[in-house]
Amino acid sequence: MNDALLKVSNLAVSIRGDEGIARILDRVDLEIPRGRIVGVVGESGCGKSTLIKAILGVLPTRARIDAGEIVFEGRDLAKLPPDVLAREVRGAAIGFIPQDPFLALNPVFRVGTQMLETMRWHAPPQWKGRHRERLVELLRAVQVPDPERALERYPHEFSGGQRQRLLIAAALSCQPRLLIADEPTTALDVTTQQQVLMLLRNLVAEFDLSMLFVTHDFGVVAQLCDEVSVIYAGQTVEAAPTRRLINEAAHPYARLLLACHPDRATDLGGIPGSVPSPFAPPQGCRFHPRCPIAVADCASARPIIEQTSERHDVACPRYRLPLPQGATP
Amino acid sequence: MLLFLIRRLLLAIPALLGLMVLTFVLVRVVPADPATTLAGETATPQQVQEIRRKYGFDRPLYEQFAIYVGQVASGDLGNSVFSNRPVMDDVRRTLPATLELIFVSLLLATLIGIPLGTLSAVHHNGLLDHVVRVVTVGGLAVASFWFAIMLQLLFSMELEWLPLRGRIGVNIGAPPSVTGFFLVDSLLAGRWDQFVSSLRHIALPAITLAVPALATIARFARVGVLDTMQRDFVQYETAVGYPRHRIVWIYVLRNSVIAAVTQIGLLFGALVSSAVAVEAIFDWPGLGSYAVQAILSSDYKAVLAVTLVVGVIYAVINILVDLVHGLLDPRVAEQL
Ligand SMILES: Nc1ncnc2c1ncn2[C@@H]1O[C@H](COP(=O)(O)OP(=O)(O)OP(=O)(O)O)[C@@H](O)[C@H]1O
Ligand SMILES: [Mg+2]
Repeated sequence: MNDALLKVSNLAVSIRGDEGIARILDRVDLEIPRGRIVGVVGESGCGKSTLIKAILGVLPTRARIDAGEIVFEGRDLAKLPPDVLAREVRGAAIGFIPQDPFLALNPVFRVGTQMLETMRWHAPPQWKGRHRERLVELLRAVQVPDPERALERYPHEFSGGQRQRLLIAAALSCQPRLLIADEPTTALDVTTQQQVLMLLRNLVAEFDLSMLFVTHDFGVVAQLCDEVSVIYAGQTVEAAPTRRLINEAAHPYARLLLACHPDRATDLGGIPGSVPSPFAPPQGCRFHPRCPIAVADCASARPIIEQTSERHDVACPRYRLPLPQGATP
Repeated sequence: MLLFLIRRLLLAIPALLGLMVLTFVLVRVVPADPATTLAGETATPQQVQEIRRKYGFDRPLYEQFAIYVGQVASGDLGNSVFSNRPVMDDVRRTLPATLELIFVSLLLATLIGIPLGTLSAVHHNGLLDHVVRVVTVGGLAVASFWFAIMLQLLFSMELEWLPLRGRIGVNIGAPPSVTGFFLVDSLLAGRWDQFVSSLRHIALPAITLAVPALATIARFARVGVLDTMQRDFVQYETAVGYPRHRIVWIYVLRNSVIAAVTQIGLLFGALVSSAVAVEAIFDWPGLGSYAVQAILSSDYKAVLAVTLVVGVIYAVINILVDLVHGLLDPRVAEQL
């Protein structure tokens, strides 16, 4: 599709650690069409946050992009100088909503001070002098009670759900085209989680945004996302429209992950084994040691990506095979 | 806030009483008989006995102590055993000189130490970081008296830029006392010449005191900033487009300074004791010089008074540290 707002292709990121060099992202592909919400799903440690950091240009100093492109509005963010990323992308074109609303805000500054900081550097020039007004409007939109006073308060005076609303408002403050959310509801209780998800969906429609939504919960994906991309140990294994993926998941990892979801699973065993350390990843398809239908070939070559149908990609040559009985819970 | 202040002040009283007991006993157990000293070398035993009675040295210790506490509570620190002048007057004269010296040193140390430590943290393991670390270790290791004398040799004797000793030029004279701080009083009096003279006089002793304090503050600022940089909110602030310099110098620093405030408070106490030596070297007419003189002449009233004043300073600084904490950290403010 040519009208993708963001297109990540063949992205590889490695980091120098005490145990050597780790390929945290090995081959990640991701496409976010304008106006769509795209989910990225994978177990803990699969590299979801790293993907976000790579897009925003905030990888840790010991990490670097080895290969691939991150094309956003026609520019490759992977090659953009750091100062341009800081000036024109973060906080401006791309709004970010963090995972943990309890840790993201600076405890010793007023909420308003913190939200105005982003606006001070990234709001359109014609808004000068009206930043506060705009924030109050936004806080009203995200349903924070008494917005005027909220700006004068400190983070610890808010509940988790309220804080997440503040952070959502902050992400929207400079009229971004893309919103990136890193498991924004994980730290919240179920009811609050539902409210925040509804809010996000409405806001994306209302402000005409696109959104990249990271989660490990297919339930959330089903509720919120138009499309979904499954990532395992730094490799994109499958991407499809949400309905399609949930009903006809092809990759064994995606199928197992879906089968494990509490809404479906009969016993909550989970997928046997665990995500490999990026310092010693398996060769070939990184999932093969845990895969019930793997053969010797899977360990030798990285699987090529096949299209099962339009907009449905899968990185497994054996995706047509059924999983053996007992492999799914 | 007010309640907090009252509570803290009340809590300080037993601590100060304890301090008084301790020092009183210590001073009276020191085997120099103040009556003998007072009476002079040629005095007869009767004369000594007389003095002993007159000053109450013959009463039981607890009685002497009770009388002393009663006097202190009513703002009377007693008369010097020597000059027979009220000790309170001496304290009033010398304390501002010491406080001025310490404030200026701490100001210097803080204004230089915090940015230095922060820069060092920002360039973690870079050249600047190494230089700062070496310099700060050096700053702590150098003995104050040696450093003071080097400063005098260079700036007073060799270059003749700054005066060798004293608090203000003799022919210029002290400004009328309002705060007791010459730097402030001279400005209040509109006497620029007095201000400049005070500044030139305070420069060397203040630098001497400031160097080790600066080293300590820089080290704490460095560690504090390094720690704070690891916090999640720094990642968030970067990801939502705060410029790097704003993150470091405002959002991180405020958090690190909160921890440093406790250190600065402790430093204040350390500086009070270092001031004794520095005042002696620069002939600074402060509480330190007064204390030395009082100890040498066994003027036990003066010694007790100085100890008490230092105790009060410690108590006040502790309360101030908590107040500043409250100002900087809203979560602490809620508990005040
Ligand atoms: N600074 C780092 N140094 C070394 N390894 C790192 C670093 N940051 C991340 N990793 C490793 O990279 C892998 C991916 O981490 P990442 O945080 O992107 O996972 P994630 O999918 O976001 O997980 P979660 O769902 O728990 O947030 C993990 O194995 C992690 O240990
Ligand atoms: Mg993560």
